[in-house]
Amino acid sequence: MTSLLASVAYETWILHFLVLGPVAGMIHVLASPAERAKRIALGWSVAVFAASTGLWWAFEPGAGFAFRFATPWISLWGVEYALGLDGISLFMVLLSTLTTPVVVLASFRYVATRQKAFYALVMLLAAGVSGVFLATDVFLFYVFFELTLVPMYFIVGIWGGERRIYAAVKFFLYTALGSLLMLVAILYVYFSAGTGSFSYEAFLAADLTLTEQLWLFAAFAAAFAIKVPVFPLHTWLPDAHVEAPTPGSVVLAAVLLKIGAYGFLRFLLPLFPDAVQHPAVTATMLALGTAGIVYAAWVAAVQPDAKKLVAYTSVAHMGFVVVGVFALTVNGLQGGLMVMLSHGVSTGALFLLLGMMYERRHTRRIEDFGGLARVAPLFSTAFVITALASIGLPGTSGFVGEFLALLGLFERHPVVAAVAATGVIFAAYYMLPMVQKILFNELDKPENRSFPDLSRREAVVLAPLVALMIWVGVHPAPFLERMGPSVEAVLEQVDRDAGVLLEAVEPGVGAALEQVEPGTGAVLEQVSQSAIGAVSPPPASDDIARAAERDATATGNTGQASRGAAEPGAGGRETPERRP
Amino acid sequence: MPSSSSSGATAPFADPASSALSEAAALPVQQAAVWEPFLPWMVVLLPLLGFVANGLLALVSATRSAAAVRAGGTEDSLSLDGGRPRTHRWPTYIGPGVMIAAFLLAIVNFAGMLGADLHEPVVAGPYWTWLATSSLRIDVALHLDQLSMIMMLVVTGVGSLIHVFSVGYMRDDPGYPRYFAYLNLFVFFMLVLVLGAGYPLMFVGWEGVGLCSYLLIGYWFADREKADAGKKAFIVNRIGDFGFLLAMFLLFDNIGALDFVSVFEGAEAAFSDNRALVTTATLLFMLGAAGKSAQVPLHVWLPDAMAGPTPVSALIHAATMVTAGVYVIARSSALFALAPASQAVVAGIGALTALLAATIALRQYDIKKVLAYSTVSQLGFMFLAAGVGAYTAAVFHLVTHAFFKALLFLGAGAVIHSLHHAFHETGSKADAQDMRNMGGLRAKMPVTWAVMGIATLAIAGVWPLAGFFSKDEIIWYAGAWAGAPGNANGSWYVVFWVVALATALLTAFYMTRLMVMTFHGRSRLGDAEQRHVHDSPWVMRAPLIVLAVLSVAGGLLNVPESLRVLVFGAAPFEWLHHWLEPVTHAAAEIQVAGMGEAAHQSPVGGGELTWALISTVAALAVVGGAFAVLRKRLYRTAAEDADPRTGLALALERKWYFDEAYDRAVVRPVLALSRWCWKIVDGIVIDGFVNLAAALARLAGWTTSLFHTGQVNTYAFVLALGVLAVLGAVYLP
Repeated sequence: MTSLLASVAYETWILHFLVLGPVAGMIHVLASPAERAKRIALGWSVAVFAASTGLWWAFEPGAGFAFRFATPWISLWGVEYALGLDGISLFMVLLSTLTTPVVVLASFRYVATRQKAFYALVMLLAAGVSGVFLATDVFLFYVFFELTLVPMYFIVGIWGGERRIYAAVKFFLYTALGSLLMLVAILYVYFSAGTGSFSYEAFLAADLTLTEQLWLFAAFAAAFAIKVPVFPLHTWLPDAHVEAPTPGSVVLAAVLLKIGAYGFLRFLLPLFPDAVQHPAVTATMLALGTAGIVYAAWVAAVQPDAKKLVAYTSVAHMGFVVVGVFALTVNGLQGGLMVMLSHGVSTGALFLLLGMMYERRHTRRIEDFGGLARVAPLFSTAFVITALASIGLPGTSGFVGEFLALLGLFERHPVVAAVAATGVIFAAYYMLPMVQKILFNELDKPENRSFPDLSRREAVVLAPLVALMIWVGVHPAPFLERMGPSVEAVLEQVDRDAGVLLEAVEPGVGAALEQVEPGTGAVLEQVSQSAIGAVSPPPASDDIARAAERDATATGNTGQASRGAAEPGAGGRETPERRP
Repeated sequence: MPSSSSSGATAPFADPASSALSEAAALPVQQAAVWEPFLPWMVVLLPLLGFVANGLLALVSATRSAAAVRAGGTEDSLSLDGGRPRTHRWPTYIGPGVMIAAFLLAIVNFAGMLGADLHEPVVAGPYWTWLATSSLRIDVALHLDQLSMIMMLVVTGVGSLIHVFSVGYMRDDPGYPRYFAYLNLFVFFMLVLVLGAGYPLMFVGWEGVGLCSYLLIGYWFADREKADAGKKAFIVNRIGDFGFLLAMFLLFDNIGALDFVSVFEGAEAAFSDNRALVTTATLLFMLGAAGKSAQVPLHVWLPDAMAGPTPVSALIHAATMVTAGVYVIARSSALFALAPASQAVVAGIGALTALLAATIALRQYDIKKVLAYSTVSQLGFMFLAAGVGAYTAAVFHLVTHAFFKALLFLGAGAVIHSLHHAFHETGSKADAQDMRNMGGLRAKMPVTWAVMGIATLAIAGVWPLAGFFSKDEIIWYAGAWAGAPGNANGSWYVVFWVVALATALLTAFYMTRLMVMTFHGRSRLGDAEQRHVHDSPWVMRAPLIVLAVLSVAGGLLNVPESLRVLVFGAAPFEWLHHWLEPVTHAAAEIQVAGMGEAAHQSPVGGGELTWALISTVAALAVVGGAFAVLRKRLYRTAAEDADPRTGLALALERKWYFDEAYDRAVVRPVLALSRWCWKIVDGIVIDGFVNLAAALARLAGWTTSLFHTGQVNTYAFVLALGVLAVLGAVYLP
């Protein structure tokens, strides 16, 4: 496979094609008659996806970006059209290139009006999303980031439900507000770096004080947290999901939410390491992530509208991403990425299934269904597998991410992990009643007796997603292997100067936070302790002494040996760096 | 497939006194295992293949019947009269076929292990790497030792019998292929649970069997009550799974690995200075075990689980899945031995569960509910055994219980099947599971009566049946540990001992009641129904007879020296104990080092033989007395039985109000909280802020728009004011 790819000079053109292919598709759609729009869009999106699968083989796991390319764009400001791919963006790109043809195919019947505009917007969205994940120039990233906003706004606003205008405007204002804050922060870093370049490396090299980092962190975090969305900035999401047409919901859940979490990994952690490690910041993010997991699960459980229910489960899932990322451990970050991937597949599939129900019955209310398993066995089978993947049953994709994220979190903050892990209980609490009310129980509504099972097209739409859920659940190692080095590189960036951190630890912060969120105070104590431990000689506590004894062969002399103990010989890789 | 042996999991505990120093390097070198397992992965794979094949047939069949439903018919319109369709013929061979093949393969491996004198576990695989990050690696591999071998034999052996029985029991069910698909899938996950080479893989099986339990309890999903029961089982089980997950995290955090070999090797070194950690970890495992094995207070799902088809109750909710909790504790014995407090909790929960469930069983009328509470109670016995460190006794009772309880459930299934048929033929609406509607069935179903009678005597603990030996051993150890010199909680163990004795007598009573109400006394069936009641066809009768033989002879697996006189020396001395020794000796040594040897007599004196005789005489007395009294009693049918219950009878019929208490204390508050979060927090607080911000923005826009009057005069005036203001700011000081 690799030689085949090399023979077509794959690495020289693939990234451009991922961004420009959909643009070409959009132009082609616009230049053709409306009745051919959907087939053209399908053709282009399948072509882009097919091309992107080569990345699985062509991408060599390693730190840093692969396939880099840069050419000046606005040379006056030092803006470049610069693309690159690493283990973090790889799966985000593949997820979005897979989502596009699925969405296009799923829209064949759903979208009946203004087809040309619709498919053109979907292609534009695909280009924007690829650009977001591939840009290695921060200004370029920002442009693509904003570019994704526009097509989504129109998709919700034109093809949406009854309250589509309210939802579209809410979506737009929420996200635009966040991204404006980010723009200001980007410009600040640009000027304080003073290199006259927006390149990712220039931003990494910027020397920022802790106070600056905290403010900039806040601005970036606002933009990304809204996008994720992190509790309590999530209320735009249920509205947007409910009002959006099925394809809109699928793209939103599968890809757009990932942009926020991707931003955490790509920008927040590496650019502002001291802020990220500031105990108050960590505590806040962990508290919000955990709150999202539990709170969104509760709210989801009482939704009468199936689509709204799934929308809230997105918030809960993304809570796992947030706690995984801010655990700042390898397992946590890898877990967060896996949750992103799995959520994209399973929640995307759930929205597709709900869309199929809506197409047949023109209702989204759970109570209007019941007993569908008797009339639509294929549909029900797909639904049950997807629901199980969503609640993280082992052997499906959902488990891998949640397990790693919680494990990584536990390594640093066991109490928070215990609270977050209640999410596995509440997941069953929101998902199973919905499954029962829709698929099981008596087939007592006459309208449902004629509910058609999956059509061949619908089966084609769902099959790859269901297959992915099981593949990732059974054999996730190749995925983790490709992400690994990039994730570790991010953590190295976070660690590069932990010394500043010590000054930031102020006594009393823990107590103050205790009032806000019970339980985080204890966490904070731990954070401060481990932070202190990272710099001062190791205290003679049993814990660390034991760890050092246990791993006497490893380089345990920095006093960082207490957590994240290495598994010798893991995958034949070198012993990983120990983390405080 | 490659297979490799690994170093002993248990060896580091050889010298518990020098706990901190016993490192891997200090291992006494043991001979390498000479035994090569024969296709162990095939045992696991076969049921999975069965699932795939039956699952595809099920989809075909369901698609056809869906078309019939859409065309205006009912599900039953899938007519079986014109010959069974292929989708309903093939599962008959595939379902039991893969099971029997797996069982034979298991026997081949067992025979191999028997001849090998194996002291260390053999790890087959790894077949592939499941999860790997730079600090974690989880391989897919199988852990083969004496304990997992016993479990593999029980799961595939009893599983095969129940699959065969199901062929008759489920014959006319429209979802026949789906049933076998789920049943095969269950066995696959159960084998992953008992054979997986580490906690994560065990957890895969753990949640997988939970899923199959959910699917099979709600097998007749069109019935809301049954679907509800499945859901309840899944959610309650997930509470336990939460504990299991955290326990794994804790182990990984302290030991750095999760496969059994590494965990048990590293446990003592990791936890010797911090017993609180290992206590927490084991208590979390206990939470998981309590969920899966229906121990108080998480037992509430199991009685409801009787909504599933009766063979499912026999396989999943009696013989195999519900014993997974006992298995995880026995498997983790080396951890539990380090945490005496956790052991006391396990024993206490076990004793409490045994007693509570037995009392509830006294006043149930649904034949399956009686058996369900009986199962909960017997599982309590197993936990009690595990809690007093008598892991052999726990596993022993697990095995014998699998025999006689599977037999009881299948026998009850035969009765229900027959009555259901009779009521269906006569158009009666009576409940075919309510024992008040039965009575006097002995004449009509002699074989069923005989095998259930054997099982009843076995569970009641009557010599020389299987339950006599296994239950007696548990009671004995509970008492014996009370007298261990170093046991700080000794007086508690006296209580456990008394509770176990009392529960044994209650068991004898409620089982006799079940037999009398079902098979003896006046028949409460109408004449028309009577004509349709008869013993089951051979495909169902044969498994009953095999299980009856096992219920009689199962006790010979582990006859202690002092009781060998009772079987005329015809059994090997404590075979199971010796067989399991390589697995349990590490825990036993830690325990003995901590507490000293168990006493060789009960808390009130008397040796094992004495108490064995006392207990069997007492059990016989209860069975005989209850039989004499109850068979004369005139029961009324469920329809006629309208007397209001009061006092204790009511409390027992209502199962000590556990469901009501959960409803008030958990279910409704969580629902109310959820609604409050949605309506108040999301709807008013957060969106309130959002809307307020929007309103403020609009207000600002409106205010500025006031100046956009469109009149030049106003603009000129404002302009002038501005100029003045700027000039003033510049020139004034």
